[in-house]
Amino acid sequence: MPQQITIAVFSENKAGLLHRVTTSFTRRKINIESLTVSESEIPGIHRYTIVVEITEDEAIKLVHALEKQIDIQKAFWYRNADIIHREIALYKVRAEAMQEGSPALEVVDRHHARILSVEAEFAVIQKTGRREATHQLFVELEPYGILEFVRSGRVAISRPMKELKDYLSELHFASQR
Amino acid sequence: MSTSTEPKTENSTVTTERITGSEAVVRCLLAEGVDLIFGYPGGAIMPVYDELYKYREEIHHVLVRHEQGATHAAQGYARASGRVGACIATSGPGATNLITGIADAMIDSTPIVCITGQVPKHLLGSDAFQETDVMGISIPVTKWSFQITSPEEIPSVFAKAFFVAKSGRPGPVLIDITKNAQFGELDFSYEKCDRVKSYVPRPVVDLERVQEAADLINNAKKPYVLFGQGVILSEAERELKAFVEKTGIPAAWTIMGLSAMDTDHPLNVGMLGMHGNYGPNVMINECDVMIAIGMRFDDRVTGNLEKFAKQAKVIHVEIDRAEIDKNVKTEVAVLGDAKEVLNLLTPMVNANQHEQWRQAFRDCDAKEYEKVIRNECEPTTGMMTMGEVIKNLNKHTNGEAIIVTDVGQHQMVACRYSDFKQSKSNITSGGLGTMGFGVPAAIGAKLGAPQRQVVAVVGDGGIQMTIEEFGVILQTDVHVKILLLNNEFLGMVRQWQQLFFDKRYSATEMINPDFQLIAQAYKITANKIDQRDELDAAVKQMLEHEGPYFLEVMVGKENNVFPMVPAGAAVADIRLE
Ligand SMILES: Cc1ncc(C[n+]2csc(CCOP(=O)(O)OP(=O)(O)O)c2C)c(N)n1
Repeated sequence: MPQQITIAVFSENKAGLLHRVTTSFTRRKINIESLTVSESEIPGIHRYTIVVEITEDEAIKLVHALEKQIDIQKAFWYRNADIIHREIALYKVRAEAMQEGSPALEVVDRHHARILSVEAEFAVIQKTGRREATHQLFVELEPYGILEFVRSGRVAISRPMKELKDYLSELHFASQR
Repeated sequence: MSTSTEPKTENSTVTTERITGSEAVVRCLLAEGVDLIFGYPGGAIMPVYDELYKYREEIHHVLVRHEQGATHAAQGYARASGRVGACIATSGPGATNLITGIADAMIDSTPIVCITGQVPKHLLGSDAFQETDVMGISIPVTKWSFQITSPEEIPSVFAKAFFVAKSGRPGPVLIDITKNAQFGELDFSYEKCDRVKSYVPRPVVDLERVQEAADLINNAKKPYVLFGQGVILSEAERELKAFVEKTGIPAAWTIMGLSAMDTDHPLNVGMLGMHGNYGPNVMINECDVMIAIGMRFDDRVTGNLEKFAKQAKVIHVEIDRAEIDKNVKTEVAVLGDAKEVLNLLTPMVNANQHEQWRQAFRDCDAKEYEKVIRNECEPTTGMMTMGEVIKNLNKHTNGEAIIVTDVGQHQMVACRYSDFKQSKSNITSGGLGTMGFGVPAAIGAKLGAPQRQVVAVVGDGGIQMTIEEFGVILQTDVHVKILLLNNEFLGMVRQWQQLFFDKRYSATEMINPDFQLIAQAYKITANKIDQRDELDAAVKQMLEHEGPYFLEVMVGKENNVFPMVPAGAAVADIRLE
């Protein structure tokens, strides 16, 4: 059964690597739902967090194919239950909607969202959460007019306690043969 | 001119020299033991060509006639010699022309290093003359690739390229070098690469898995060995032989594993797959334990996976973890180099004969002989058949030649019927099935193993895809023998049209040129025969001829290759007619 799977890829960020990463997905006709590139806890090692809808069997094969790439250090796959994950969404609304007494303020409050910035003509609301939560806020703000909307890719922290550096030192040992 | 300085590092003295990037490229090649490179010059790679001119005594540059020929020649060289093949081309069209061969090398795990010129760094992305994003194009078909934009990067990138190409599961590597990096200077010193961070070319073999495999094998009633090119790549031919001789297990091969085991070895039961032998295909669905060694369960080998060896417990010995459980689920996966694993496994398994089980294969062989082989290899009337030509070739080569094939019916027939007594002797495009592979790969093979007889077996379709490489035979005087099996059709496709498309021969009939004239134009001694009684003398003459030779044999136009597992069918549904 296809399910939401989060793939984490670790690499020393090299030019062209993003292409190598993405072709591993596209050649298998796996659609990338979100992609986030960031640093990791280890200096010099970058992390790609990729959300896809695939089966566990496909996830295993995909991770093996990714790890086969010379410049990829390590890759993991996670079910949603294996991770704590969030996305961040920003909503641009007319300034009037955020004036005192506006019912939209109550919506923002109830969603534990916050007003990031209020300018002369518009305001920006920020909401961090799972996709369903940021979507629900969107639905409820829509009647007040959303001028612009953006949601980041998923960021995720894994539950297992083994650290990346331990995996990497195992690999380091194995590559010395 | 180069100047020498000797900067001191902490505990060693590294000699560096100030040289240009282009000279560094050639020096790197020399440091890696490259004495032969296949290529074609052009604007963006001219500085390197200038250095190749200076170093022409040390590196022999073979001028191909199309860059695709360079990659296939490098492949043929690599597969015949066991060394890394090298090729070089210019940017843009030169680079794109390499791609087919690179893709072929990727899927058939052939170690080659390809160098391409690139426009200067400041022009990258500007749609400059002959600029192509060769990195973007090549990424899906290379084991590794790198674009060098400054001269200092050259030594370490070349060292890594050669290491990556030949280590672990081998494959093609592409190095793209911008022109400014070729013109610029660097302090040159070379250090070979023997490891890459977090890349594990030879996984540590898990002894527990080996023991589990041994237990399965020791309890098996009908064990079956299936080996692929991994045996050749890890040079485990003797270890394989020792293993099967001790256990008495019949061994079948994939097309890429061919020649790893002598043809006449009593435990060699033949080829598995679409046009493989009857016994191996039928018995794969009878065996209780399958020991797959250095192979990847290509769909041309397995047929319909749902009906492939479902009853068998599968042991998969494989160096590439991504191949394990990819197509066939394993009972025991032994990750590791074939030679190393076999060396550990053989002492753990019991001696056995499996006489009855082997007899079952021989019974199948008898059936295949009756239904297929007799007609194919010993006809007495009608046009000549491909099978009888190959059998005659065996007679004269004594199974000692390197057989290089193109792609099509002749390929299947050559692989089915050629005799081999030595490994690295079958060079064919297995995974990609690249027509046009044969002639340039044979040229490369001959240059990689000059002391051996090299015969290219080709079809009238495929030969025309790279016939321009006759120019290399002429210019470089490569003593290859070319055996054209001419059926005046794109035979393999025509066979499918006959069997599965009601004989609608859509675009498969060939109106061919006079191949004799073409060969002669390139000063290659040529002969053409269409009568059975001419065959023996003609083959003998070809092989005895000093120098390159072209023999064209007219064969039956509408002959088919059998047995055949129709695409998508179960291996056990193999058709004998
Ligand atoms: C580059 C390429 N194009 C098309 C094909 C499809 N194809 C496979 S076999 C074949 C026919 C080969 O004909 P020929 O070279 O005459 O050999 P024969 O089968 O007759 O022995 C074709 C067209 C291919 N394998 N490679």
